[in-house]
Amino acid sequence: MNRVSSSGPRKLGPPADVTSREQKILGIIETARAKRAKFRDAQVTMAHGAGGKATQSLIEGLLAPAFGMAELADAAVVDGGFALTTDSFVVKPLRFPGGSIGELAVNGTVNDLAMAGARPLALTLSLILEEGLPADELKAEVAAIAAAAEAADVRIVGGDTKVVERGHADGMYVCTTGLGRVDERARLSPAALRPGDRILLSGRVGDHGTAIMLARGEFELGATIESDTRSLWPAVDALLDAAGPQLRCLRDATRGGAASVLNELARSSNVAMVVRERDVPVHPAVAGAAELLGIDPMYVANEGKLVAFVAPEAADAALAALRAATGGEDAAEIGEVRTEPPGMVLVETAFGGRRVMDQLVGDPLPRIC
Amino acid sequence: MRYVDEFRDAELGRALAGEILAAVEPGRHYKLMEVCGGHTHSIYKYGIDDLLPGNVELVHGPGCPVCVIPMGRVDDGIAIAHEPGVIFTCFGDMLRIPGSDGSLQDARAQGADVRMVYSPLDALRIAKANPDRDVVFFAIGFETTAPSTALTLKRAKAEGVGNFLVMSNHVTIVPPLRALLDSPDLRLDGFIGPGHVSTVVGARPFEFIPARYGKPIVVAGFEPLDVLQAVRMILAQLAEGRCEVENQYTRVVPYEGNRRALEVLAEVFVLRPHFEWRGMGFISQSGLALSDAYADFDAELRYSVPGVRVADPKACQCGEVLKGVIKPWECKVFGTACTPERPIGTCMVSSEGACAAYYNFGRFARERAVV
Repeated sequence: MNRVSSSGPRKLGPPADVTSREQKILGIIETARAKRAKFRDAQVTMAHGAGGKATQSLIEGLLAPAFGMAELADAAVVDGGFALTTDSFVVKPLRFPGGSIGELAVNGTVNDLAMAGARPLALTLSLILEEGLPADELKAEVAAIAAAAEAADVRIVGGDTKVVERGHADGMYVCTTGLGRVDERARLSPAALRPGDRILLSGRVGDHGTAIMLARGEFELGATIESDTRSLWPAVDALLDAAGPQLRCLRDATRGGAASVLNELARSSNVAMVVRERDVPVHPAVAGAAELLGIDPMYVANEGKLVAFVAPEAADAALAALRAATGGEDAAEIGEVRTEPPGMVLVETAFGGRRVMDQLVGDPLPRIC
Repeated sequence: MRYVDEFRDAELGRALAGEILAAVEPGRHYKLMEVCGGHTHSIYKYGIDDLLPGNVELVHGPGCPVCVIPMGRVDDGIAIAHEPGVIFTCFGDMLRIPGSDGSLQDARAQGADVRMVYSPLDALRIAKANPDRDVVFFAIGFETTAPSTALTLKRAKAEGVGNFLVMSNHVTIVPPLRALLDSPDLRLDGFIGPGHVSTVVGARPFEFIPARYGKPIVVAGFEPLDVLQAVRMILAQLAEGRCEVENQYTRVVPYEGNRRALEVLAEVFVLRPHFEWRGMGFISQSGLALSDAYADFDAELRYSVPGVRVADPKACQCGEVLKGVIKPWECKVFGTACTPERPIGTCMVSSEGACAAYYNFGRFARERAVV
């Protein structure tokens, strides 16, 4: 970052009109930034699926206005205290260390419900199968779906199947829709965030995305890293017990990683967030792979990690509850909500400096240098 | 991580920052350019700026190999990618770089077979696996990455892999530095020299900088302590009235460079008479083309490409920003026609470019200075 306009001795200080011109330009940028993202691309690119700015333009610029949706969340709360959500799973390869597409399809949807403070009740399942998919692979995924549903204490109550020609659907795509009941203890909303709220992370970040990258065999790295796919309802249950209404908001840090979740909330709630890099738990092998590839684990996908915002007075109890929940052993408090600068996520680096943790612009692409 | 964490020690960092603070003359403003995009990345990633006194300003140089690729070359690459049967391969961060009508990522969405690779050897592997298709590797980078392209070409030749082609956009480090230094409006006090390039070319090629232009240069590594130490070494040279090439990165950089790598480069590549740089125009003898011995592997010879020079928009002032003559916000198109989502010039392309950084963090940067 270039310290262009910042301090520096003003012995060559700019005349007043120059400073005001700078102010004006910064004002133009901030106005542009605060505007709802527009979907102006000529075609869909992979960036629209990566969870960053392009995805945001697709959702906020095309989908939400078309359906008159004001607030966007992992799951919608509908009349009668029910939560409803839907998700599609298109992972390649179908099986990877620590899980498979079937498990993801159950846990992903269960977790979207859990983030709305809803106990998962039932799922429907839609399978899009590629011509030629070996029956054994299909059976293995069906078994994985059944096992994951049992583990998450949720029933598969209906579904649909389609078959598409060879060359489409990468073996299989899975879509699940989930229904849950909003827990009475839950008072969750992005609007509830207050300066001073603590940011908790339920465990090590980046395991799932790194496991997938390594399973694709593109890097020839020897490390074995397992996906973290799991139901987060037990963790949410424990958090609600410990903090109740002082639990402000929950997000699962899937596509785009924890950094994208923080950015999304900072923008929508018009607050700032400060993350202490040294407190973010990362598996050493994930840190090593990220270092080699020039990727920040904060932007790498998880399938069993949540970010919780908790009132400061309940933070210790909430953290203890998270750590006692299955899969939450490495949970940590990683930062807090602040007022300035609104809409931005800042990082206090382990080295003692600061930087902005920005939204992803596209896929997290490895740097060459 | 061993051999890594040692160079990121926050306590040592604070100590070095204290030494730097003690070394600056009050009232004097220091403008130091880090030439290499890797340094810019470290400065940004670790927040090194925060540890420097306000009157030490780091200016981001032209050493980001992705950012300096001009639009015309991207257009040529896209044209080849659209040729029937071609598998077009490139490094990941090249996918997003805009040509005059979209990026390689857009070309992929339009049906071109564009694949991200992590090394030219990956592209060679793809070529062997698809013998009936031409596999083109879009090669970019300074002398840092050029040897790996060269070795891959040698292997392709030895193994007779005739469907492996390279579109070379390799560039050399000294000519752009010379072009920068030759500009009469340059306002720099010293250089943080590129570490990775120097593992190949050594530190000696930079001797002209102190000798002819009277600016100190310290070749430095990429960990935060490396960068801070380089800053301190430059400040020491300025304070003591010395002006020389120093090597901070001795654990990796031999002063004379890597002779074998240089030999391979000389065998596989020849200097182009001139090559275009985004934001800097044509610089003579700054680009590498495949030598006659490797003409069969040259994608530019196999395919006819538009080869049209797409001028940087007239209003773009990246050159002046790079030289430290103007601040990003003083550029005519900054923040209006030129934004990170739709960049015009090199400084806005990469998130580490001076303009992109200022666009994203401008107001914050000022608030920090007030604190």
